[in-house]
Amino acid sequence: MTSDTIIKVGMADLNIASNGYSLKTTGLGSCVGLTLFDPLHKIAGMAHVMLPTSNIAREATINLAKYADTAIPELLSRMTAAGANVRSMKAKLAGGAQMFAMSGQSDSMRIGPRNVESCLAMLDFYKIPVVAQDTGGNFGRTIEFESERGILTIRSVQFGTKEI
Amino acid sequence: MKNFEAFEIDVLKEVGNIGAGHAATALSKLLDKPVDMDVPKVSLVPFEEVADRVGGAEQVVIAVFLRVEGEVSGNLFFLLKEQSAKGLLEGLLSIDKNAAGGYSELELSALSEIGNILTGSYLSSLADFIGLTMSPSVPAIALDMAGAVLSYGLMQYGEMGDAALLIETTFLGNQQEIEGHFFLIPDPDSFKKIFKALGVGS
Repeated sequence: MTSDTIIKVGMADLNIASNGYSLKTTGLGSCVGLTLFDPLHKIAGMAHVMLPTSNIAREATINLAKYADTAIPELLSRMTAAGANVRSMKAKLAGGAQMFAMSGQSDSMRIGPRNVESCLAMLDFYKIPVVAQDTGGNFGRTIEFESERGILTIRSVQFGTKEI
Repeated sequence: MKNFEAFEIDVLKEVGNIGAGHAATALSKLLDKPVDMDVPKVSLVPFEEVADRVGGAEQVVIAVFLRVEGEVSGNLFFLLKEQSAKGLLEGLLSIDKNAAGGYSELELSALSEIGNILTGSYLSSLADFIGLTMSPSVPAIALDMAGAVLSYGLMQYGEMGDAALLIETTFLGNQQEIEGHFFLIPDPDSFKKIFKALGVGS
C-alpha cells in the first residue's frame, strides 16, 4: 500500500474512503477506532472516537467526531451520502485500552472501556452488526482500514500486526 | 478555553521551570553528571500535535504517568525515548542495553523508580512554590506509542475543545545522550487557583 492512497484520520476526527483508498489512524489508546464497511458498495468509514457521550460536552461548537453518540450518526450520514447502505454495513472496532492501571480509579480514568460500551450501544441502535473487535487491554494501537474488502489491520508495539 | 495573557503564560513557564529544575537536580545527583534543561514551553496544543512533541503518535516511548489530585489537579507525564531509557539504565545501573529487545522486569522497575523520583521532586517543589496541595497517585509506567499514552492525559480537555494546555520541559543529561520530557497538563479549572495562589489572579 503506497502512502498516497492512505487517508489519515486524526484524533477526534472521521473520514470515508472507497476505490482502493485506505483509512488510517495512529496511536489509539483509550480512544476507539470505529470502522464501518458496506461490502456491496465498497465504501469504508472510520472515526477516531475520544469520549463516550456528548452529554458532557462543554465546548461551544461540538466536534461531532469526538463523541461516540455523535460520531456514528455523522459517519453514517457521510457514508450514505457517498452511496452506502446502512443495512449492508458491518462494523469493526479497535482501541479502548486502559493505558495505565491505577489504583482507586476515578470514572474518567476508565474511559477506554466506556468508549467501547458507548460505541457498541450506538451500533446496536442502528442495527449494525459488529463482525470483529480488538478492544481493551493496556496497549496502544495503530489501525488501517482498506475499502476493497473491509480488512482492518491492527499494529501494536507488543503484539505486532494482525488483521481482523 | 480562554486564551491566557502573556504574564499568565510567564507564570506557567515559571511553574514548569521550578518543577523540572528540581527534577533535573535530582537526576543530576542520581547520575553524578551535569544535566541541562531547556526553557519551558507553555502553549495550547491541538490534540493531534501533542505527540509530535516527542516524535509523533507512533514513536515508542517509556512513559511514567501520575494523576494529581488536590487543590491543584492535573496529569503529569515523564517521557523517555528508548535510546534515552537505555542511556539511563547504563548510567545508573551499569546495565548494558545495547542489545536490542525488550526490557526485563528489573529494568522496567528501575525506570519506573527513576520516574517516581523525578516526578516526585517535580511535584513537591511545585506544591511548595504554589502553596497548594497536590497529591500524586502511585506512578504507572507504560512502554508504548506516544499518541496512545498521551491521549490519556487529554480527556479532561476533550469535553471543552480540541486542544490542551501543555507545560513542557525538556532536559538533557550525559552529553545529550539522555533526553527526558515532562508534560504537565493541569486540569482546566486549576489555572485560576494557581494564578490566585501566586498573587496574579484577577
